[in-house]
Amino acid sequence: MQDILNPRDANDVAEAIASAAAGGRRLELIGRGSKRELGRAAQADATLDLSVISGITLYEPEELVLSARAATPIAEIEKALEEKKQELAFEPMDYGPLLSKAPGTGTIGGAISAGLSGPRRIKAGAARDFMLGVSAVSGRGEIFKAGGRVVKNVTGYDLPRLLAGSWGTLAALTDVTLKVLPRAEDRATVLVFGLSDVRANEAMSAAMGSSCEVSAAAHLPRVSADRVPELNAPGKAVTALRLEGISQSVAYRKGKLEELLRPFGDLGSLDAVESRALWKNIRDVTPFAGRSGRAVWKISTTPSFAPVIAAGIHAASGADYFYDWAGGLLWLEMPGDKPEEDAVRAGLAGRGHATLIRASAAARASADVFEPLDPVRAAISQRLKASFDPKGVLNPGRIYADS
Amino acid sequence: MVAMPAPDTSVLSRREAIVAALRAIVPGEGVIANDVAMRPYESDGLTAYRQLPMVVVLPETTAQVSKVLSYCYENGVKVVPRGAGTSLSGGALPLADGVLLGLGKFNKVLEIDYANRAVVAQPGVTNLGITRAVEGKGFYYAPDPSSQIACTIGGNVAENSGGVHCLKYGLTTNNVLGVEMVLMTGEVVRFGGKHLDAEGYDFLSLIIGSEGLLGVVTEVTVRILKKPETARALLVGFPTSEAAGDCVAKIIGAGIIPGGMEMMDRPAIHAAEAFVKAGYPLDVEALLIVELDGPEAEVDHLIDRVSSIANECGSSTLRISNNEEERLRFWAGRKAAFPAVGRISPDYYCMDGTIPRAKLPLVLSRMRELSEKYGLLVANVFHAGDGNLHPLILYDANKEGELKRAEDFGNDILRLCVEVGGVLTGEHGVGVEKRDLMPTMFTKTDLDQQLRVKCAFDDKGLLNPGKVFPELHRCAEMGRMHVHGGKTAFPDLPRF
Ligand SMILES: Cc1cc2nc3c(=O)[nH]c(=O)nc-3n(C[C@H](O)[C@H](O)[C@H](O)COP(=O)(O)OP(=O)(O)OC[C@H]3O[C@@H](n4cnc5c(N)ncnc54)[C@H](O)[C@@H]3O)c2cc1C
Repeated sequence: MQDILNPRDANDVAEAIASAAAGGRRLELIGRGSKRELGRAAQADATLDLSVISGITLYEPEELVLSARAATPIAEIEKALEEKKQELAFEPMDYGPLLSKAPGTGTIGGAISAGLSGPRRIKAGAARDFMLGVSAVSGRGEIFKAGGRVVKNVTGYDLPRLLAGSWGTLAALTDVTLKVLPRAEDRATVLVFGLSDVRANEAMSAAMGSSCEVSAAAHLPRVSADRVPELNAPGKAVTALRLEGISQSVAYRKGKLEELLRPFGDLGSLDAVESRALWKNIRDVTPFAGRSGRAVWKISTTPSFAPVIAAGIHAASGADYFYDWAGGLLWLEMPGDKPEEDAVRAGLAGRGHATLIRASAAARASADVFEPLDPVRAAISQRLKASFDPKGVLNPGRIYADS
Repeated sequence: MVAMPAPDTSVLSRREAIVAALRAIVPGEGVIANDVAMRPYESDGLTAYRQLPMVVVLPETTAQVSKVLSYCYENGVKVVPRGAGTSLSGGALPLADGVLLGLGKFNKVLEIDYANRAVVAQPGVTNLGITRAVEGKGFYYAPDPSSQIACTIGGNVAENSGGVHCLKYGLTTNNVLGVEMVLMTGEVVRFGGKHLDAEGYDFLSLIIGSEGLLGVVTEVTVRILKKPETARALLVGFPTSEAAGDCVAKIIGAGIIPGGMEMMDRPAIHAAEAFVKAGYPLDVEALLIVELDGPEAEVDHLIDRVSSIANECGSSTLRISNNEEERLRFWAGRKAAFPAVGRISPDYYCMDGTIPRAKLPLVLSRMRELSEKYGLLVANVFHAGDGNLHPLILYDANKEGELKRAEDFGNDILRLCVEVGGVLTGEHGVGVEKRDLMPTMFTKTDLDQQLRVKCAFDDKGLLNPGKVFPELHRCAEMGRMHVHGGKTAFPDLPRF
């Protein structure tokens, strides 16, 4: 069994990494390990378990700022925010259901490192957009900080944002400072039934291009829609658009949005409680949850290309799929455990990027889990990695096989 | 004054050959080598610093930029990129032994994509130029620096510029989807596009706000938004800045994120009123402009809520805009605050620290003490919603020693910002101006990590050197790892 190190604080982390670098050993970083089966497996000699480095260290609701140690459970942060009617506006998804793990076990450091952003991504921004500051340990075993605790800050490179989505390959996060926002008082969802992918794409584009301030837009073709109880429209594709804000505003915008969408098809709607449940299901990709024998991909693309890409991949592989982010995010489930990487990458044809999210360890070891880079970007990625982690100590192979 | 690196005489002695080589890449008037014609490029918005470049090059295509950079890389010539030259931190200050690379000819909007709510533009398009291109269909580009008529989107990317609406709509970094960039080696690379989020490392996050030190941006893709249905503003006066600060905190504490929330102190109010007659009250210590935008029903409701919060906080005057003309008049004074201060003083020096909002009363009172100590007046305009202060220090450059005193005063203000938990610069950048203050905020380890990132892009340190980093090191030196001890495989950590 692999050695497991349990640092108590940032100094321990620095010591562990420095001595690993000196001894030519490589480390796998984990918070609570909820995303261990996502991405490529790190090729490591020991595991650096950061789970003890946990707890909220600062929360000033009126300053919209919260700091926490990296392994603080998201659930703990969300509870503290809820008490002050605030939230993490990037709506971090919970990979538990999709990966057949217990829900709600993710940590804030993990969510940031994996760059998790939910349906509100299109309005509020990504996880990285809420990163104000960070304290971390580089692969050199050095504790460094970057950013700060204020929203407006251009002092030095924006390393906090860079570290978001870097999968622990550049530095081990020990403390993060986040911007938090007030939670909307009210919400509602407008549904359009029975649209083709292309029509749905047009409907979402019209909604996003209106002044209705849509905070989430998804389209679920029939197969996926049938698996989401709140939609309650057997046999029909459903397009869903969420509105959030104060009640007067939600009611007013709902009227306007319905007017805009009426020419597209039959309308329905969900109230605040149903909306919450629906968007949690979309966020957590529950149409594909509990179906572990089937590979799942995630594609980020230009919204208007999405129907063509989805149709191409479906024709080549028989994949099921649904759209979030007004079409910009495509979730695909393959009919079997084979990732069908060729079909996916050929269908995408460089118009965005595809990430293999759910697959067996063997498949993830042999496929390009993340989008392959052109030579210039590959070279600069390697140099960037080396600038933080010259000895390749941290999560080697987690993103790309050779770094 | 911050000292720039000494010019490299071996480069200067090759000047003629360098100019000839550049002329072979960029024909005609695209290369300027005589002093008179180069004069307009000698400084940016930080006018206390002036330096003629060795040569000015104004390329028109990405291929030319690539050839210029690869030539300079091979020949060890430094390069300073420049947009409109409105930087307030000296980011575009030329180097005596360097090429000043002006992007002004990259001035076309390349694509407007309403379906995907994106605009692709060349870097020399002005910030306002993007909004102008899409406003016919009711769209706009959200970040709105006060310099938006002049400053370029390339400069905005380099500085991660903000504006009065960034509390609600974000800074440049939250609104840019992709860039095309030329590395110092001449390699052309694209990061991002019209899709969201990066594949692999998020290079966009590094490039935005990198102050021209990582590459030359040759194309920018931004997201555009539909204009809010309506906007209304409140103009609220307070007898103390504490009360105004308290009001800001209570508005946000009540879950309201205004489209804009600006504060001015007494000297700034008086200067602005004298200049534009916006109808500001003159018997208050602090003035807040709170703008709410969105659907009418929402705006009306929030106006009521903000009014009652302002009353609770002891406001002494309160006006609500009833039409567009009135709203714009409320803003007119704030928007003209810089030139208004320019009218009451021969020179002013604009600072740009950010502080946690709750520290505002403390910072203002310490600033008054410093003002007495240095014998210079200061007027404050403040992006109150996000804690970004713009103290304007009044001085007269023609008076012996006043510029130096103004700079020392400014540096003390920035140290104070850091001391109370804030940062050196909120939106104007480090540039030359704040370069030597970086160690007040960062340790050597912090700065070394940033320098190593710079080395990953520019291993010879040729792109905009002398800016941002207080010390220049060779990249080879930075990369070295000093291993201490390192005999035991792992130290005695608790483990299973
Ligand atoms: C009156 C006034 C008001 C201002 N108000 C605001 C404000 O409200 N908010 C705010 O944030 N700023 C403000 N500024 C500062 C300034 O306008 C911004 O920093 C702006 O983004 C600079 O753009 P520019 O095109 O003038 O860039 P320049 O000044 O030419 O250059 C700025 C930096 O960007 C680099 N650069 C420029 N173009 C490129 C490129 N294509 N590729 C790589 N690097 C490049 C330069 O090397 C330099 O380091 C104000 C300035 C003035 C004079």
